[in-house]
Amino acid sequence: MINLTINSKPVSVPEGSTVLKAAEKLNIHIPTLCNHDDLCVVGNCRVCVVEQKGARALIASCAHPATEGMEILTNSLKVRNARKHIVELLLSEHRADCTKCYRNQNCELQTLANAYSYGDHLFINLIKDHEIMIDQTSASIVKDDSKCIRCQRCVRTCAELQKVSALAVSGKGCNQKISTFHDRPLSHVVCTNCGQCIIRCPTGALTEKTQIEQVWDAIYNQGKHVVVQTAPAVRVALGEDLGYDPGERVTGKLVTALRQIGFDSVLDTDFSADLTIMEEGTELLTRLKKVLVDGDKETALPLFTSCSPGWIKFIEHKKPGLIPHLSTCKSPQQMFGVLAKTYYAGKRKLNPADIVSVSIMPCTAKKFEANRPEMRASGYKDVDFVLTTRELAIMIRQSGIDFRALETDNYDSIMGTSTGAGVIFGATGGVMEAALRTAYEIVTGKEVPFKDLNIVPVRGLEGVKEASLKIEGCKKEWAFLEGVELQVAIAHGLTNADKLISKVVSGEASYHFIEIMACPGGCIGGGGQPIPTNNTIRQKRVDAIYAEDMEMKLRKSHDNPEIIAVYKDFLGEPNSHKAHELLHTQYIERIRN
Amino acid sequence: MYQIDNLVKDLVKQHGRAREALMPILQGVVAQHNYLTDEAMVEVAKELDLSAAEVYGTASFYTFLDTEPRGKYVIRVCKTITCAMKGKNEIIEVLQEMLRINVGETTLNDKFTILETNCIGWCHKAPAILINDTPYTDLTREKLVKIIKEYMHQ
Repeated sequence: MINLTINSKPVSVPEGSTVLKAAEKLNIHIPTLCNHDDLCVVGNCRVCVVEQKGARALIASCAHPATEGMEILTNSLKVRNARKHIVELLLSEHRADCTKCYRNQNCELQTLANAYSYGDHLFINLIKDHEIMIDQTSASIVKDDSKCIRCQRCVRTCAELQKVSALAVSGKGCNQKISTFHDRPLSHVVCTNCGQCIIRCPTGALTEKTQIEQVWDAIYNQGKHVVVQTAPAVRVALGEDLGYDPGERVTGKLVTALRQIGFDSVLDTDFSADLTIMEEGTELLTRLKKVLVDGDKETALPLFTSCSPGWIKFIEHKKPGLIPHLSTCKSPQQMFGVLAKTYYAGKRKLNPADIVSVSIMPCTAKKFEANRPEMRASGYKDVDFVLTTRELAIMIRQSGIDFRALETDNYDSIMGTSTGAGVIFGATGGVMEAALRTAYEIVTGKEVPFKDLNIVPVRGLEGVKEASLKIEGCKKEWAFLEGVELQVAIAHGLTNADKLISKVVSGEASYHFIEIMACPGGCIGGGGQPIPTNNTIRQKRVDAIYAEDMEMKLRKSHDNPEIIAVYKDFLGEPNSHKAHELLHTQYIERIRN
Repeated sequence: MYQIDNLVKDLVKQHGRAREALMPILQGVVAQHNYLTDEAMVEVAKELDLSAAEVYGTASFYTFLDTEPRGKYVIRVCKTITCAMKGKNEIIEVLQEMLRINVGETTLNDKFTILETNCIGWCHKAPAILINDTPYTDLTREKLVKIIKEYMHQ
């Protein structure tokens, strides 16, 4: 252990700890900015400087290791002056039009300015209005360099967590900026639209491309029937943007709030998550049969899940050779979208041209996905507008709704009933668990051999998870699977995904089924979720997802009565011709760089 | 002139695919092509399993790794104090007059580019310029005209 004092208080920390960690142990707050728990240390913003007695220069506490006998001052005159100047220098390079900013009131730089930069500002503003360029080309992400303070959290996120590096540091000195390749528009570079950069940006330099106004317009348009679907991960995170603690479930209030906002029908993506399981589970079993029984060489195994549009775009750009492994199933959002304008329209006797389909997603890549030309199987744009969890919170606040005081309510029908299997889609490992609950039962006629259906080995925040499940007691038509050890793997975060699929490609590991989510933690840690998102918060949201699952009456997708009905009345059976036409899609090869 | 992808492949053979090979490879491309085309940066990224943005980020940090089109002869005029005091402005005037381009521009025949550079270490023989890798020092108007004329006829 290393012994040091901070503001004269003694503290012991393990070797290798930073001064910042030592201060945290004493509950002494040191402001930080470029520092982020998910990312490597860079120490470039200097906001966290402290004084070390006997040292000439101030040290960055986030980067400096604690050493024996160190005497640290976090609040000396020297530190206070330096900190004020550092914050003001950052502000001099930042377009601080806070009242008009999307991140107003939820901006780390604004918070620092509020605390440390009062009184005279010594430094002139370096932002030149005529040089402001805002990149709005991406369907998901808006990049405004005039608000960027070059902390490089986005660069580290894109490189370390996602292995994409759509953003890099270019130039140097006063010309340093965060650039795409040759400053090309975001829509024209290798970007998965995952939005992980957005949830780590301390300012408004990276934000989602908002569609709030378009949704309000649709709601006010009397001629339109506006349906809304809510993704599983939204209900366990929305509360954070409305004053609740992380991990609080607000499902029932969410439904009421959407009704009060004026949506004509409040429906659930969990329904189409159940549908995805039926389609994807059947696809998996069909592929297994083709490979194991028919010896078909064309059929690719392992099967990769296809719910995460960030992951899809990653494969399309970086590993197009693996496209045959991707499930052809559309994501739950898009399955819902196409059914809203076909099945739902028919049942409700509505003209699909008059339906506006809105989805509330924990995701920014969903905005891109909804715009894909493949996603018009209904003859219309299947999902018209996609809002993030954050955008919905804004709409709720704009409506003057007292969220805490709301009564809880249930989703509308049809396409509002779901099972616990649909709910757990929101957490890493959830799609796998839901698929196993159904596929195992299709094959054996029995429930998966886990207590309370909880397939614990596929759960948790470990980057790559592996599990196997021995199939025993097969029904006659699935006899070829008797005794087979079904090998599955799960990864979340594209760096982990890349590691996992590299092992598959090299032959080092072999699996039947792989679930990938582009975002750390799965959808609960998505790029459209409340800010901040960190490991503690992710764990609380995961816990909430599984708690929600346990409370559901039905916990297996194939038990969902609305799923049974949609097959009976409309689709026929899983992977039928009609299901293929509406619920399945294809992928394209995209530029590598 | 090489095809870019062949050139990059040759350089990769020479320097390897590790991250530290990036600089020598980029320098090798510039030695042949005067500047890094987008195509070259994408090719390097592919070979080294980096993103093109990372390659561009690295290249854009270094003044001598140009990412904008440059002429066959890149003339870099030292703008740092000693050269500035000993007639850098006149040097630039002469170059602009002779080549009919401004600083930062390239002649229509893609032969010359005029740039300013920070100190190149010839303060004791100021004013100084670099033409590609060759320094020319103790310059006067007459000396410079002669040098440029020679390049024009090459």
